[in-house]
Amino acid sequence: MRKSLLVGLALLVLAGILVSRSLVPEAEWAGVDESVVEKFATEAGRPPSKPWINTEQGDLLLFLFLVAGALGGFVAGYQFRHLFPPKSNSQSDPSHV
Amino acid sequence: MKKRSGIGAIVLLASMLGLTSDTAHAMHIAEGILPPQWAALWFALAIPFVAWGLRELRVRSKEEPQLKAMVGLVGAAVFLISCMPIPVPTAGTCSHPCATGMAAILIGPALTVVVASIALVLQALFLAHGGLTTLGADILSMGVMGAFTGYGIFVLARRLGASWVVAAFMAGLLSDWVVYAGTSFFLATALHGDGSLETMFLSILIAFVPTQVPLGILEGVMCAGAYRFVQTRRPEFLMMLTKEREA
Repeated sequence: MRKSLLVGLALLVLAGILVSRSLVPEAEWAGVDESVVEKFATEAGRPPSKPWINTEQGDLLLFLFLVAGALGGFVAGYQFRHLFPPKSNSQSDPSHV
Repeated sequence: MKKRSGIGAIVLLASMLGLTSDTAHAMHIAEGILPPQWAALWFALAIPFVAWGLRELRVRSKEEPQLKAMVGLVGAAVFLISCMPIPVPTAGTCSHPCATGMAAILIGPALTVVVASIALVLQALFLAHGGLTTLGADILSMGVMGAFTGYGIFVLARRLGASWVVAAFMAGLLSDWVVYAGTSFFLATALHGDGSLETMFLSILIAFVPTQVPLGILEGVMCAGAYRFVQTRRPEFLMMLTKEREA
């Protein structure tokens, strides 16, 4: 029952997004950083500058993804039992939390 | 050493996943927008909170060996959620939840400032999401204001007799809105020029409303869901925070 509700909710959200494309055809799906923050900053004469490290050069982002994935995967795998210990038989009642 | 590596693992894992996100769609204030004097002021105000969080991490992890792993996991969640663009059909724009309200009710507000700061540094360095010069303002809005609002609302709601679902929902909802109100204020202080600070603040805040009202509700639902998830699977983690509150 709960799973059906969750699946139904997810489908509803997806349908809402798809339908909204036809309801709001002019929507550009810009982020609020662009549509709000940058807009006000540019109007006030302080447009954002370029990032110090521009990862959108060639395959640099892909390379960083590979490095972070490899390192993160190795370390997380090595620490797996510490990060996800076996379930305890604790009888503690968290209802008052 | 092992515990430290645990946090590193999660942060790296988060970086790995976060790097899959494309353009940032965020409350983060981009590089170069804030004048140096304002950027310095927000840094100065943010640093004591980060120091407090680091101290709390050191002290509490001595008493609770599993705390660092939990902090690492929550940090990964904050990193991912705060760079995850979600389309908002009613506004035709994208934005992201902040997750610091959720983090605060799971690990406490001071530790949330630490994980938010780490997430923001990685995002500024590698995802052009925010900026290094605007890091202080971003830490203050997302880390400090989001975390302390979320935590305060949760504790207050529980003391007033609200169920945990309502309390967690309100924590997520209001922390999201307060983060964007904070961002509006920081922007307004830097950008109002000769005009009125109040007018600029309200203009920016109103511009956020169509996107952030529905997204705040989504963040409230997400916060309640995350709390429920931990409550059913690892109640001992929530007990750690309860002990801390009662101490």
